[in-house]
Amino acid sequence: MTWAAILLTSAGCYVLKLAGLLVPRHWLEQPTVARVAALLPVALLAALAAIQTFADDTRLVVDARLAGVAAAVVALLLRAPFLVVVAVAAGTAAAVRALG
Amino acid sequence: MTSVTAAAGDAARWQEVRGPVLRQAASVGIATGAYGLSFGALATTSGLTVTQACALSVLTFSGGSQFALIGVLGSGGSIVSGSGSAVLLGARNMLYGARLAAPLHLVGWRRAVGAQLVIDESTAVALGAEDRGDRAARLGFWATGVAVFVLWNLATLIGAVAGTAIGDPRDYGLDAAVPAAFIALVAPRLRSLPSWLTAVAATAVALAVVPVVPAGVPVLLAALVPVLAVLVFKERAQ
Repeated sequence: MTWAAILLTSAGCYVLKLAGLLVPRHWLEQPTVARVAALLPVALLAALAAIQTFADDTRLVVDARLAGVAAAVVALLLRAPFLVVVAVAAGTAAAVRALG
Repeated sequence: MTSVTAAAGDAARWQEVRGPVLRQAASVGIATGAYGLSFGALATTSGLTVTQACALSVLTFSGGSQFALIGVLGSGGSIVSGSGSAVLLGARNMLYGARLAAPLHLVGWRRAVGAQLVIDESTAVALGAEDRGDRAARLGFWATGVAVFVLWNLATLIGAVAGTAIGDPRDYGLDAAVPAAFIALVAPRLRSLPSWLTAVAATAVALAVVPVVPAGVPVLLAALVPVLAVLVFKERAQ
């Protein structure tokens, strides 16, 4: 029973991943689709960052993650390298949790 | 002679691209992979065997979908509702694949293998590297995908065997590290008014719908922002 669920879920998830990669190239090269595709990374990355900062399943919460992300934004504005930005976020969130 | 110099120049430029992309892949891989510990521990407390937990991480390889499935199964839900919500959560991977198809242009076995690695993190690093060329996007995709795959599966095994004895990744702030990485990846793209407006609108849409749609769907709805923007401005232009 559990194995059936595992295999069903895995098959479904894999088919979706593969289906995206199989979208025909000429379709992606249409001008309208190409313009959407150009803006899509910004939309996806911004939405993922927001969701991972504020969402707890289907609730919005403010917790130590926000402090970590805010510190990371400051590091970005100070032109810190990528690894420093990520480390500042983790360190700040960990410190806020340890203190809270 | 000229071509030798040009080739040397290309090689030097590639060195400058490769290092940063690999560092992004490594840090995102570590921060995300560590969550396999939580998944493994939660999977076995939800009634899965160690083998089942590991099989799920290898075969499904989509964190959100995996947590959803064990959540439903653990609370006594049916296979249909468990797998259904898990697959719905993975629907955004199809969108990622469609967006990545052109820069990655995978064929044959690489497409079959690469498909399994289409997840939030590999997509984020690939798209972040894309403005330095398709080669950088491909490196970002494969390096991040493989790093997350290896670490996520290793961590699942450790978490499933050790249970909750191992600390929570959140104690180390890793839950803030991943969104911070995504912001660092989007920041260089925020150079024009349309890109700022897209980022703000996508953020607003995603957060607004979090309480009313299943997890995983907000990112899909945020992807409608550029679709609407392009359609609206196209009509105005005509």
